[in-house]
Amino acid sequence: MNKSNSADSRRAKAQLTVLRVIVYVILIFLAALCLFSFYMLFVNASRTNAQIQTGFSALPRGHLIENLKNAWTDASINIPKGMLNSFFIAATTAVLTTYFSALTAYGIHAYDFKLKNAAFTFIMAIMVIPTQVSASGFIQLCYKFGLQNKFWVLILPGVAAPVVFFYMKQYMESVLPMEVIEAARVDGCGEFRTFNTIVLPMLKPAMAVQLIFSFVQSWNNYFLPSLLLTKAEKKTVPIMIAQLRSADYSKFDMGKVYMFILLAILPVLIVYIILSKSIIKGVTAGSVKG
Amino acid sequence: MKKKGVSYAKWGYIFILPFFLAYLVFAFVPQVMTIYNSFFMNYREGLTQVGPKFIGFQNYVALFTPDANGTIDILKYAGNTMVLWLLGAVPQILIALLLAIFFTSYRLNIKGQQFFKTVIYMPNLIMASAFSMLFFTLFSNVGPVNQFIQAMGWSDVPIDFFARTVTVRGLISLMNFLMWFGNTTILLMAGIMGIDQSLFEAANIDGANSVQTFFKVTLPLLTPILVYTVITAMIGGLQMFDVPQVLTNGAGTPDRTSTTLVMFLNNYLGGSKNYGMAGAISVIIFIITGILSLIVYRSLTKKD
Repeated sequence: MNKSNSADSRRAKAQLTVLRVIVYVILIFLAALCLFSFYMLFVNASRTNAQIQTGFSALPRGHLIENLKNAWTDASINIPKGMLNSFFIAATTAVLTTYFSALTAYGIHAYDFKLKNAAFTFIMAIMVIPTQVSASGFIQLCYKFGLQNKFWVLILPGVAAPVVFFYMKQYMESVLPMEVIEAARVDGCGEFRTFNTIVLPMLKPAMAVQLIFSFVQSWNNYFLPSLLLTKAEKKTVPIMIAQLRSADYSKFDMGKVYMFILLAILPVLIVYIILSKSIIKGVTAGSVKG
Repeated sequence: MKKKGVSYAKWGYIFILPFFLAYLVFAFVPQVMTIYNSFFMNYREGLTQVGPKFIGFQNYVALFTPDANGTIDILKYAGNTMVLWLLGAVPQILIALLLAIFFTSYRLNIKGQQFFKTVIYMPNLIMASAFSMLFFTLFSNVGPVNQFIQAMGWSDVPIDFFARTVTVRGLISLMNFLMWFGNTTILLMAGIMGIDQSLFEAANIDGANSVQTFFKVTLPLLTPILVYTVITAMIGGLQMFDVPQVLTNGAGTPDRTSTTLVMFLNNYLGGSKNYGMAGAISVIIFIITGILSLIVYRSLTKKD
């Protein structure tokens, strides 16, 4: 009896080991699949055009800086300007989105008013409507009032961000007791000041995560900017990358092309490598709890 | 005391006002304009402006009228969008579910979870247009993938990945899969970890094996979040644009078999500024999204 038991447990153990090996193989395969294209990007961004033309290489070479110089000073694609434009739009959008989403969430979380539930239901209902379906009217209005090539028409819509609002609201429900607000009131603190000096600091972790997500989303945004930013000096990085695709590809210095792509994704990649832990936590925290 | 009577209600309105103003100006008015314009002939031909002239439902009729070859473009593009979405989303959800189970299993006790999660989530944050440009360079006739294939002697001539429907669609789906399966894995993991642990213990005590536990405990309790994931993925799929647009340079090659609905919309908004036709396409996308959203909303509110 005892013997067969231990045999059973040994068999179970062996089974578990086999299962573990299979699972790790799958995980390593998927991780490699994710990393492969970025690794090839890095390899080719460090090779000269001539080296890239000669054939495949799995190892990087030493021309990263040279390609960076060439890409940075390219006459037709002004990548430094593009990165500056993208950075300006993304940073201001992120700050606006995060601040006003917190403000809106606070308005609904902390106060009782007649239209409170209606307002909340409305925001939830518009949450999933994509920008593409109102893009036609948006573009039309922008051109009608001569607002194409103005950054602020791409930035200000960030004030109304239902998804970020929902995240903030969820977060407030878990960390913001009404007693804190009441105490501030007793101390004679105004409502607006209470929000800015007492509530906002309590929301720091949520604000940080949403700043990153909004920044990344805006930095990567292609659809609307490509239809509105038509002047060369106004273009953002994704538009320049798409331009690269439509240019006569065969005449290009490929080392430079890979470097352009690397530059487009590098800022986000660096932030992600540093803050991946809190970013990954942020993915679930805002989503609907199961 | 008098203080008790102080009403703070007005502050609620003040604080939510900026959101609603921004929504009104930048989303609601444009939305109304979009719908309104779908009933007008309004476009530019070269330097001349045609319209705006009220034409009723003619833009919609035009959308659903077959061309000389008998193809109805919008149905073709809706079909493309659906095929491209399915090819990416089905493996995405299945693999994410599998990974979520691996990561949450105490028995398996996977090491290095943080590393794997970090790696598989990364493509989600990468600029889609840059990711597509990267895939284009990697898979082009003179790109490293073809160089590798030729170096290994698997093929004498380069494989033209962008001339075949199967490979173009395959690449788009692969990219969509890579960009989203990490995200879905993390969401489903949260869903599984939200399940009451005592249920798993009870199943264990009752002698259920892991397969039984999965189908009898995990899956039924995970259904709401799974429905949410599938439908939000559908709404996302409906908006598919950056990847096929940049990968095929807006042409949806070959023979427009990878042109999506939003690429179709983009074509009308680009040079010709055809707000009539663009409006009609937008309304159709809006209606489909509306139906899907309603399902999401139902599934969310039902739970509480």
